[in-house]
Amino acid sequence: MMLQLSGVHAHYGYIHALHGVDIDVQVGEVVTLIGANGAGKSTLMMSIFGQPRASGGRIVFDGEDITQLPTHEIARRGIALVPEGRRIFSRMTVLENLQMGAVLGEEMNFAVDLKRMYQLFPILEERCQQRAGTLSGGEQQMLAIARALMSRPQLLLLDEPSLGLAPLYIKKIFQIVRELNRDHGMTILLVEQNAHHALRVAHRGYVLQHGQIILSGTGRELLANPEVHAAYLAGGHAATAA
Amino acid sequence: MTTLVLAHQGISPAERLKDAAAVSFVALLLGIPMIGLTTVDQGGALRIATRWPMLFAFVAACFAGRLLLRYGLDHWRLRKLAREQAVAAAGARSLATSPLLTWIGWGALGVSLVLPIVFSDNRYVVDTATTVLIYVMLGWGLNVVVGLAGLLDLGYVAFYAVGAYTYGVLATQLGWTFWQALPVAGLMAATFGVILGWPTLRLRGDYLAIVTLGFGEIIRVILVNWTELSGGPNGISSIPRPSFFGLPFKPPGDDPTFASFFGLEYSPNQRIIFLYYLILALALLTNLFVSRMRKLPIGRAWEAMREDEIACKAMGINARNVKLSAFAIGAMLGGFAGVFFAARQGFISPESFTFNESAIILAIVVLGGMGSQLGVVLASLVLVLLPELGRDFAEYRMLIFGAAMILIMVWKPGGILSHREPTLRYLGGGKQ
Repeated sequence: MMLQLSGVHAHYGYIHALHGVDIDVQVGEVVTLIGANGAGKSTLMMSIFGQPRASGGRIVFDGEDITQLPTHEIARRGIALVPEGRRIFSRMTVLENLQMGAVLGEEMNFAVDLKRMYQLFPILEERCQQRAGTLSGGEQQMLAIARALMSRPQLLLLDEPSLGLAPLYIKKIFQIVRELNRDHGMTILLVEQNAHHALRVAHRGYVLQHGQIILSGTGRELLANPEVHAAYLAGGHAATAA
Repeated sequence: MTTLVLAHQGISPAERLKDAAAVSFVALLLGIPMIGLTTVDQGGALRIATRWPMLFAFVAACFAGRLLLRYGLDHWRLRKLAREQAVAAAGARSLATSPLLTWIGWGALGVSLVLPIVFSDNRYVVDTATTVLIYVMLGWGLNVVVGLAGLLDLGYVAFYAVGAYTYGVLATQLGWTFWQALPVAGLMAATFGVILGWPTLRLRGDYLAIVTLGFGEIIRVILVNWTELSGGPNGISSIPRPSFFGLPFKPPGDDPTFASFFGLEYSPNQRIIFLYYLILALALLTNLFVSRMRKLPIGRAWEAMREDEIACKAMGINARNVKLSAFAIGAMLGGFAGVFFAARQGFISPESFTFNESAIILAIVVLGGMGSQLGVVLASLVLVLLPELGRDFAEYRMLIFGAAMILIMVWKPGGILSHREPTLRYLGGGKQ
């Protein structure tokens, strides 16, 4: 078991955002977490990183309890985050962003990893001297993913990677997610509003509502589930089809 | 390169032990006459006594020290090599600034070097230039905190004051010289930087600004009230001036002075010019230091922290250490400037360390273009020279000063030099 959350609670001040969430991610899996706006998806993702810190329950990564570890220590255990809204270092160049991603490995494998990233995302090589803030949204998302991968993580957390992107880029991002998992064996936890795409990529999925897991199953099962379909897919599907 | 790196990795424990053993053997040989044998006075006659335990301890210390040193050196060298190699192989390398800015920079350096020679008998010009350089140095120090790390510090003058008073107290009460006090005062200021940094680690932007503003005032109020140490509002006077490698600048007397040693005729301007070159050297060292730091992982972490703290933490960066190091280094540089200020004035009082100073230093950093080293120089020139040139306008000079600041902000909202130089350039080597 790579990551296991058991009975995790989280608060933002007085707001009780997560009510005892149990999820687990196995090695080599793509697991997705879907749910409506404000269901607590991003909170769950960030609480793995201790931002906010879980106010109850346990988070175990690779056999180690990381619930109380400081954020940077959690990252050092081999978890990389592609945060919501990308959060790239916008005044620094693309290359510098990637270099920051390699900080954990003390830049020992910088050359090899950089080449790998340029293969995965050729656009980044073209833009490598540009200020990251001048990239388009889709390019920024790719940079954020590449930056996370530069640390050679065991587990990649993707928080709403398709948010605000053009349909073409959405497709591309999910293609990359699939490729990373299939060809590079990357374990991925994916939080998405775009349930249709997410469930098609994922081996398993969880549905989060009001800070609780209400459904879980394989991607296929959830896709076929009438409740899921009605609540999360009908609208989303129409939107992507449009 | 690769083989070299592997060779470093390949040093076996046995080889390390052998190396350390060789060193301790030399230590033993040297130690027998120097430590192992000693003479004692016994009843008026000299007798040789042995100190084997002490010799043994010495050899053991050498052995352990050598092991540690080798290990540390190899580790450090290996990391540095691997990093350089990795960066080079990626087709990227560190680059200096753009040609035009480089020319301006070298030009400014040239002018600053010959300025006191050209104006050697014009004390006013050299004095004003010295003031400009103090602000340049302060600006470069604050640039680390505000420009690079993005921590808005409104109380920077506190570290300037700590540096100045550390020297003032050490010199007048304990008789320390400028050069002895300089590192201590820098360390002291850095400590204060950490003291300010600790409680403000979780603050950003406006909130941080308020706390730092308060900190600056606290230091000033302490200086006003702690009369025994700081002399209160009267300050500290007759602070000794720095000497030229032990040669003081004063009229010929019994002891050798700067003028008598070099066979020159004594002139008070010699000290003024020496002070000018001293602050120029300090400022240049600061510049070199800060621009080197920027290219190191820690410097890049400062900038990344300015851009996005959460992303930094998720990258495995210890935000606390990164922020504290920025505070400490910025404060240390301010402390150095403070020591120089105290030595130049010969008199310090809390009057010199009001909020107004913090505001001017911050204005230099912001007007210069946050993070730009050359921008700081240009902004200090503008902000120090404008009030000087405006002396003829008497009471209107602050009006001109304000108008100039507004004009710069309208004309160049990002500062005079808002362009940020990347620390790495890509040369296309990755395509091969």
